[in-house]
Amino acid sequence: MHKEYERPPGVKIKDADINELHPSGLEYNAPARGMWNIVHQGMLLPEAHQIFVCSQGCLRGVILTAAEMLELDRLSWVSVSEEDMFDGTLETDIVDGVTDILERLDKRPPVVLLFLSCIHLFAGVDFENILRELSDQFPDIEFIDCYMTPTMRTTVSPIVKMSAQMYRPLNVTKKDPKAVNIIGSDRLTDPDSELVKLTESAGYTLRDIAGCKTYEEYQRMAEASLNIGYIPTCGLALEELEEKHGTPSLYLPNSFDYNTIKDNYTRLCGELGIAVPDFADNIAAAEAALGRAKEKVGDMAVAVDFTAVTRPIELMKLLCEHGFNVRYAVVDSVGEETGAFEWLKINRPDIELYSSTNVNMLYQHIKATEPVLAIGQKAAYYFATDNFVNIIMNGGLYGFSGIKKLAELISEAYDTPKDKRRLISHKGFGCASCLTN
Amino acid sequence: MKNASTIIPCYAADTSGVCSALYELGGMTVVHDASGCNSTYSTHDEPRWYDIDSMIYISALTEIDAIMGNDERIISDTVAAAADLHPHFIALCGSPMPMMTGVDFDAIAEEIQQRTGIRTFGLHTNGTRSYIEGASEAFLAIVKEYVHDCPKTEGIGVNILGATPLDIPWNTTMAGIKKWLADCGFEYVSCLGMESSLEEIKKAASAKVNLVVSYAGMAAAEYMLTEFGINFVTGLPVGEGFSEQLGENIREAAAAYEYGCVSAEGMGFDDSTGKCTAVIIGESIASKSLAGALRLDAGIDAKVICPLPADEVILSDGDMALYAEEDIKAALEEIKPELVIADPLYRYVIPKESRQIELPHFAFSGRCFGSRMPDLTKIDIKEFLK
Repeated sequence: MHKEYERPPGVKIKDADINELHPSGLEYNAPARGMWNIVHQGMLLPEAHQIFVCSQGCLRGVILTAAEMLELDRLSWVSVSEEDMFDGTLETDIVDGVTDILERLDKRPPVVLLFLSCIHLFAGVDFENILRELSDQFPDIEFIDCYMTPTMRTTVSPIVKMSAQMYRPLNVTKKDPKAVNIIGSDRLTDPDSELVKLTESAGYTLRDIAGCKTYEEYQRMAEASLNIGYIPTCGLALEELEEKHGTPSLYLPNSFDYNTIKDNYTRLCGELGIAVPDFADNIAAAEAALGRAKEKVGDMAVAVDFTAVTRPIELMKLLCEHGFNVRYAVVDSVGEETGAFEWLKINRPDIELYSSTNVNMLYQHIKATEPVLAIGQKAAYYFATDNFVNIIMNGGLYGFSGIKKLAELISEAYDTPKDKRRLISHKGFGCASCLTN
Repeated sequence: MKNASTIIPCYAADTSGVCSALYELGGMTVVHDASGCNSTYSTHDEPRWYDIDSMIYISALTEIDAIMGNDERIISDTVAAAADLHPHFIALCGSPMPMMTGVDFDAIAEEIQQRTGIRTFGLHTNGTRSYIEGASEAFLAIVKEYVHDCPKTEGIGVNILGATPLDIPWNTTMAGIKKWLADCGFEYVSCLGMESSLEEIKKAASAKVNLVVSYAGMAAAEYMLTEFGINFVTGLPVGEGFSEQLGENIREAAAAYEYGCVSAEGMGFDDSTGKCTAVIIGESIASKSLAGALRLDAGIDAKVICPLPADEVILSDGDMALYAEEDIKAALEEIKPELVIADPLYRYVIPKESRQIELPHFAFSGRCFGSRMPDLTKIDIKEFLK
């Protein structure tokens, strides 16, 4: 499949080790910028002000994330110098710097997301005491400990931790038996999805942080009697909300497997106390859309990447089952998708799995030898195609309607090439961007 | 007071300076870091990322490697990558975590060089300093390693030193500087930072003068003065009068022995007149060049506020080295200039009474105004001021 590499960038699925798809090593960063980071996530919390305390190199990325999304006035920073790390002032500098910033802000925010970095945790700073001191000085502000700690990513992923911290300001309140939250998503769930329709038609109010416009509105999420999550990184958030508020949670993974989707809806209906509807029409619509997409795409090679959907291997299986010529994938791990992985190993053993960061992926984009239809920005970049579905993290799509809409996006991608460079340069898919103004 | 900012950004950091300086030389640059350095650099600090492939990587440092001092991982990973990619050289540099754990980059470089047979050097960044310092060290390392004495050019050969897209707008201004050199009758030899290969850099000692266009090139210029006797001139060819004077200074520098640095006359505010009407905020050499152009083409005296490393050779008495948001804001409020020329994201600290002319600086606002960065060599100062 490849010339002899010390660390091959890809592997055929039949030869892939489910526990380690690719060898680790130095890492490359592809110019596909749609994925969200902790700044994008933090901006979802209405009226929150983010303060980052870290070195200049780390600050740069977060500040310019805010600048590009036209939210620079919601983020401040304190830089840590080399001397600060060794002169015993690491903790007092945080308190002094944050105090200085808050005193200079035109408007006092109701909540501050205070981010410390790897060096603080490594030096063993007392974050709790810092928050206590700040809370004493600013009793009208809720301070939330947040972490920009990529060095510790193998212990707790910064995205997982951030997903949980986003709901820490919620104050325990009286429950509303007819209120439900979607937790951990970075965008609203498609209102055409069965998930939203079932919940709302049963008389429930469905809330999502992505839809909250004010801090007050956000606080009403504490009233929920049920929290639903479907993004794999939402687990910690669901757990902590259950612990603090006693709100039961339901993890309904955003799957491309019809049985899993049906099982999700059965569990949901059970919690909502409603009858499980017949999904035959929904499935038929998804099947029809997949059929139309296949007819258009024909035998054109298809590539899928893990930034487009949270279950890329299941999506590959679904497409293979519907006759698509799935040839490539950019995936770094198997995660929750062992069943689909094993199915593909047996039924499509020659599918090539590529690392998103392997050093040899640097030149992958100039090697494309055949026309490719890509699902996801990284796949579009690495397989050098302008025919691609431009979504991140499922794009809000869910369930049978999600499959139908994704199939329609595949048809559209086949028909209409996109301005790849412009679209994938946009940092934080779905956020405002000064680059497009 | 700590360097705390309510709203304005910080400049690109030293790690980005290293990567930017070495980008086009065919080497492999490895930043010893967990994650953020490469995505920040490649997204916000490097406009060439999509168009020119370059072997810039991170080591993907983990907590356990940091705690256990597992240097073998970066060594073996770099050796493996080098075996696959065959770089001309390998450069290693560090982020805050390796600084805390005391990683010895020189020792790691030595080990990698022994295992690969590829020249490897360690650079001493830690993510807490500016891109000027990182780029400066990287340029100096390249010059020390690859530039050797060689016969001089017949005419006045000139190297451009310190040009990275962080300071010099990519794809526009380099062509302008080269054209200006040619129009002046100089012979372009090489450019340290953009548009020259390592092979071209190796011939840099054939030049008679170095033109330093950013303070990032100053250390390399001083080394080449000491080592090869090449005089240097600081400045960017901005505006009619200043460009003319810069050209004269290059001629003088080429003719002189033991000249050293020629700083262009009229590069800025004459404190004795006491009539500052404009303030320029930015990198020292670009800002002083613009100040010179304002004076010579429009009769405007401008002070420079430089939030980046610089020295007294470049900055004049009336100029200010200020780094913190509140200090810059206070200085502007005290000066009350009619005009402030600065990156658009400085608008938050500029007094309401002052008029701002926006001059995007990639090292400050990154991609935000990338398409609006002017080619300074082509601006007509009087038009620019309108």
